[in-house]
Amino acid sequence: MMSTLEQFRLETRAWLEDNCPPSMRTPIKPGEEVWGGRNAAFHNPESKLWLERMAAKGWTAPTWPSEYGGGGLNKAEAGVLSEELKRINARTPLVSFGLWMIGPVLLEFGTEAQRQEHLPSIINGEIWWCQGYSEPGAGSDLAGLQTRAEDKGDHFIVNGQKVWTSHADQADWIYVLVRTNTEVKHAGITMLIVDMETPGISTSPIKLISGSSPFCETFFDNVRVPKDAVVGEINGGWAVSNRLLQFERENISADAFAAEKPIDLGELTKTYLGARGTEIADPVARDQLARLRMREQSLQLTIKRIMDEAEAGSSTGAVSSIIKFLGAELNKDRYEYFLDIMGQQALGWEGEGFSESELMTCREWLRSKANSIEGGTTEINLNVVAKRVLGLK
Amino acid sequence: MSNILSEEQVMLRDMAKSFFAEKAPVSLHRELRHNTDSQGFSAALWQEMLAMGWAGIDVGEAYDGLGFGFRGLGIVMEEAGRTLAASPLLSTVVLGAGAIQLGGSDAQKQALLPEVVAGNLLLAMAIDEGAHHDPGQTCLAAMPEGDSFVLNGSKDFVIDGNIADKLVVAARTSGDAGSTAGLTLFLVDADAEGLTVHARKMVDSHNTATLQFSHVMVSGSDVLGQIDAGAEVLEATLDRGRIALAAEMLGAMQQAFENILDYLKERKQFGTTIGSFQALQHRAAMMFSDIEQCKSVVYEALGAAEDSRDDLPQLASMAKAMVNHAYHNISSEGIQMFGGMGMTDECDMGFYLKRARVAEQSLGSASYHQSRFATLNGF
Repeated sequence: MMSTLEQFRLETRAWLEDNCPPSMRTPIKPGEEVWGGRNAAFHNPESKLWLERMAAKGWTAPTWPSEYGGGGLNKAEAGVLSEELKRINARTPLVSFGLWMIGPVLLEFGTEAQRQEHLPSIINGEIWWCQGYSEPGAGSDLAGLQTRAEDKGDHFIVNGQKVWTSHADQADWIYVLVRTNTEVKHAGITMLIVDMETPGISTSPIKLISGSSPFCETFFDNVRVPKDAVVGEINGGWAVSNRLLQFERENISADAFAAEKPIDLGELTKTYLGARGTEIADPVARDQLARLRMREQSLQLTIKRIMDEAEAGSSTGAVSSIIKFLGAELNKDRYEYFLDIMGQQALGWEGEGFSESELMTCREWLRSKANSIEGGTTEINLNVVAKRVLGLK
Repeated sequence: MSNILSEEQVMLRDMAKSFFAEKAPVSLHRELRHNTDSQGFSAALWQEMLAMGWAGIDVGEAYDGLGFGFRGLGIVMEEAGRTLAASPLLSTVVLGAGAIQLGGSDAQKQALLPEVVAGNLLLAMAIDEGAHHDPGQTCLAAMPEGDSFVLNGSKDFVIDGNIADKLVVAARTSGDAGSTAGLTLFLVDADAEGLTVHARKMVDSHNTATLQFSHVMVSGSDVLGQIDAGAEVLEATLDRGRIALAAEMLGAMQQAFENILDYLKERKQFGTTIGSFQALQHRAAMMFSDIEQCKSVVYEALGAAEDSRDDLPQLASMAKAMVNHAYHNISSEGIQMFGGMGMTDECDMGFYLKRARVAEQSLGSASYHQSRFATLNGF
C-alpha cells in the first residue's frame, strides 16, 4: 500500500504540473524576482499567476499553520514539496524577508493579534518587509545601536537613522531595532514593527560600486509608534534579533539547495580559454575550477549533514555557524574566477562590445564583495566560532 | 542517504577510540620509530586488532569476515589516525584484500580472504614506480610465456612492501605509459625468485619499500581479474584506499587540532593565554571549518564506497584532495602555534607534520586528484 507521503508526492506533482506556468520553470532572469508589496510590479505576468496559485495553497510558507494561511505541512511533506519544485526547476514564487525572517519570529514571539494581522499578507506577498538593523555607528557591533524610542505612555517616539536597509524605498513595513534604555547595552534594545507610511519616516537610496542601489538609509524623525508594535518584550529585543539571525542563517542554508541549475563553469571556461580535447586548455584555470567545485560540493555536503543531524536531534550549533562565512568566501572566489577566465571581457561597464552576460558578470562580481560584510562579516563569524565553539577567550 | 552514524557504528567508533587511546597512544609510535628490528608496527597491537575482527570488518561472512561494511573500516581508520597507530589495515585489508574482493576469482577469494581475516597473511599493493602517485605511468612489464607471465621492472614507495607475504602488482601487458588501459593485476609471492625488496626509511617511520622484478615468473592462475583490463579493479581498489587513507588523515588532523586548541588555552604570554589573541583565534576557526568540511566529504565518500555508487571516483578524489589541503595546513599551523616547543622532538606535533606529508603523497597528491576530478567532470 502507498504511504501517505508517497500519496502526497503524487498529488503535489500533479498539482505542480497543472499550475506551474511554463516560464516559471526556466532559470530566473534579472529583474524578474518577485518581492510583492502594495505596489508589486510583475515584469512577467506568469510570475503573478504563479505567486497567486502558490499563495492560495499556502505553499509560499509551507510549514506555517493553515489558520494564518500557511501550508500546514509537516517537515517531511515540506521536503517532498521542495524536491518536487526542484524537479521541475520551478522558480521561487516570492522573495521575502517576511517569509524568511519576521514571519518565523512573529510565530515564535508575536502576539496573536500581530500574527493575525501580518502573517496572511506575508504569505500572499501583499506586504513587502524590510529590516532596520545596522546604523552608521553600529555595524559589526550591532548592539551599539542608538536609534531611540522614547516611552510616551501609550506610544513611543522614535528618532534616529538606519543604514543598509534593503529596498527600504520600496518596502511597506519595517522591523526595526531601537534603544529603549540608554543605561545598558544589550538589555536596552527593543524590536518594533512599523508601517513605512507612518509620518516622519523617509528613505534615501545608497549607490553602490556595482552601480545599483539595493540598500537605503532610513531616517526616523519624531515617528509615533503605538505600544502594540513591540515584538516580544520591551528591552527584550536582543534575544528576538538573535533568533531572527538564526532564521537568516537557516535560510542561507536552504538557499544553497535552491532550484536553479548551476552554470556549467567547465564549458564557460573552455569558451573563453579554449579546450584541448574535452579538457580546459589552461592547466591553472582547470586546477582552480576543480578546487572551486570541490569547495561547492563540500559546502553542500556540510549543509546536508547539519540538516541530517538536526533531524536526528544531535547538536547543530557548531557547524551551522561556519556556513555563512564559507559560503560568502566561496561566492567571492567564484566571481574572481569568472574575471580570471573572461579577462577584459568581464570588465566592461556598459554599451557595445560586451555581451549581456559579460556586463552582468561585472556587476555581480562587484555585488559579491558584500557577501562577507552583510549579515555578519567573515571576521565576526570567525569570532563566533573561536569564542562560542572553540572556547577561545 | 544520511551520513549520521547508526547505533552500531557509534558503538564501533567509541570502542575504537578507547582501544587506540589505551593500546596505541602516540608514545607507542615514539617507541617504534627507532626500533629497526620491528615490523614497523606492533605485532601485539595487530593481534588485538585481529581479535576484534577488524581485518575482516568489510569482508563477507562467507570468508570469515564480519560483513560490517566499508563505513566501519573508515571509522576504525579514523580512530587509528588520531594516535598515529601503524598497522597493516591500509595495505593488507583495504588495498590487498580489497583488490581480491573486487577482482578475485572464487578460488582466490576462498584461498586468501580467510587467511587475511585470521592474520596469517600480510598483503601490499605495488603501484607507483616513482616519487609521484600516478597508476597510468605504470611501465613494469609482464610478458606472456606459455601459461605464465614474466615480470620485469621496479616498484617504489610500496606501503608495507617490506613486510608483506604477498603482493598485488600492477603490470603492463599492453598499451603505453600514460594510461591505465592495458594494465593487468598479478598476485606475486614476496619470496618469488627474482624479486628483491628493500625497505626505505621514511620521515613518518611508516613502512615503505622498493621492489625490483628481474624475470619473476608468475603463473596464469595468479592473474587477478582480467588480462589487459585490470584498470577497473585497480581504480576501484585505489579509490577505496584513498578514502580509507583520507579517513585516517581526518582522525590525525582532528587530534592535531585538539592538541593545538589545548595549547592555545594553556600557554601564557603577555600575562594572558595566547588563545585570547584574535590573530590566532581566526586561524583556529578556519582550521575548524576545514575539518568540518572534510568530515562531510569523507563520510559521504565512505558511504559511496560501501554502496559502490557511481560517483565513487569523484568523491574519492574530492576527499583525498580536500583532506590533503586541510591536514597540510593544520600540521604546519600546529608547529607555528606551538612555537619553539613545536620544533622539539618532545612535542607530538612534529609526528603529525611528518605523517601528514607522507600521507598527502600516498595514493595521490592534491594536484593529482584535482586533475583527475576535472577529467571525471568533463573539463
